[in-house]
Amino acid sequence: MAREATLQRKVTVTTAAWIVALIIFFPILWTILTSFKSEGDAIRISSFFETPWTIASYFEVQSRSDYFRHFFNSVIISIGSTVLALLIAVPAAWAMAFAPTPKTRDLMMWMLSTKMMPAVGVLVPIYLIFKTLGLLDNVWGLMIVLMLINLPIVIWMLYTYFKEIPVDILEAARMDGATLGKELVYVLVPMAVPGIASTMLLNVILAWNEAFWTLNLTAANAAPLTAFIASYSSPEGLFWAKLSAASTLAIAPILVLGWISQKQLVRGLTFGAVK
Amino acid sequence: MATRQTRTLARIMSAPSIIVLFVWMIVPLALTLYFSVQRYNLQHPDRAGFVWFRNYYFFVTDPAFIQAIGNTLILVIGVLLITVVGGILLALLLDQPIWGQGIVRLLVIAPFFVMPTVSALVWKNMLMHPQYGLLAGLWQFFGQKPVVWLQDYPLFSVVIITAWEWLPFATLILLTALQSLDEDQKEASEMDGANFINRFIYIILPHLARAITVVILIETIFLLGIFAEIYVTTQGGPGDASTNLPFLVYVQALLNFDVGGASAGGVIAVILANIVAIFLIRIVGKNLDA
Repeated sequence: MAREATLQRKVTVTTAAWIVALIIFFPILWTILTSFKSEGDAIRISSFFETPWTIASYFEVQSRSDYFRHFFNSVIISIGSTVLALLIAVPAAWAMAFAPTPKTRDLMMWMLSTKMMPAVGVLVPIYLIFKTLGLLDNVWGLMIVLMLINLPIVIWMLYTYFKEIPVDILEAARMDGATLGKELVYVLVPMAVPGIASTMLLNVILAWNEAFWTLNLTAANAAPLTAFIASYSSPEGLFWAKLSAASTLAIAPILVLGWISQKQLVRGLTFGAVK
Repeated sequence: MATRQTRTLARIMSAPSIIVLFVWMIVPLALTLYFSVQRYNLQHPDRAGFVWFRNYYFFVTDPAFIQAIGNTLILVIGVLLITVVGGILLALLLDQPIWGQGIVRLLVIAPFFVMPTVSALVWKNMLMHPQYGLLAGLWQFFGQKPVVWLQDYPLFSVVIITAWEWLPFATLILLTALQSLDEDQKEASEMDGANFINRFIYIILPHLARAITVVILIETIFLLGIFAEIYVTTQGGPGDASTNLPFLVYVQALLNFDVGGASAGGVIAVILANIVAIFLIRIVGKNLDA
């Protein structure tokens, strides 16, 4: 009796969960399906199942608008900004986790507070500075800005990971005569690799999807995928199949990365407040 | 001895991040403050000078400003309501034993990883388009006249799109918090005959309280700065119907070339965000001590 009731409940709950999940996922699914249609069929909803499937849109996107240039801009900007951020953040997070001073806590809070600055509050000066320095529509400029806006998250996330490394091991290494440099390279980094990897992953995702600075600081040359996709918003003509193909290509890699890192994501996005 | 050495080293190691963050924070902010009291239009570089608080005066008395503040609040509060309530319900649902839980989870969190410009365009064209959109098809199927979403309900449409992007975030955080709830406690209350409502109010909700607070505060920080969704879908229109504060500043700066006015708007945005930030910092700070 009881078992039957649980089974019945499980069937009900499973059905409900799947229906809700599919509704939420639907816009993405629909985009992927549309990308395999011809331009004419893409806007005909009624004949959905009779449409011949094609991958022509994917080739079209590349040949017409040089998709891969924007793709590589996205790759360079997101990975470049992440590497830059890690180079600066790893030593800082190490110092705060293993050699804390009474001021460390305030320092970390201050770093977090820089993240609260609304981008629009500094848009004008950054735009003018970039214009003066010739960094507008430049991959390097964007890399630096994204590095800076994500730096606090990177430091915080690394800090919470470093905190979990037992200090005893570091002390043992020091006893054995390891210098601080050696301690860092041979003891700390190997133990911290999983933490650093998830920090990297989250940062790449955030940088890849960033859509305030990438829209405002780029034009044609350095435009990453966010800006490239936005250029499809012009009302002249309907390019839904091509838009869908470009969108699918733009979100696929990050969707995979996101799914892999969903557990670490919670920690990173809540600054360690929820684990 | 060793500790002093370590301390010096620690200082050197954290110096680069402190310096770049400090420069990043202080230089643009100082410039924004400076521009905000200057007459400075990129189209009329000759007409420049100190104007006290005139930029603020014009920015704040512009009817678009009141509208933008209202829209910003509606956007933040609307999305928060949908995502927090929906997130709690979804987290409760996904916490049950179900077949294919892993896959369901993946499907639910997926929208969070979609770049804002893509989600905005997909919703604008493929779902909300009054002629060829899927929703129009659905309305027609039931014999109704399709809704012209972005024209007739621009702000509501932006709220829907943004809520779709942030619902997965709320769900993921709340589900993680829910899963850390002590099983014994749940079972004990079940044995005591507490029904679901009572369990929810007296056990689950208090346990989720901190996670909910974190979700609200982090989402608020991001939602105050919503830009791409408006830029791609409505361009703030029709009129100023869906213009929020960031979009208004963008229009002032990059479309009207009014650096002074835009900077005044930027300062106001900073002040607003800081009010929220103070609360967030307190909450996260408390957690650091725990």
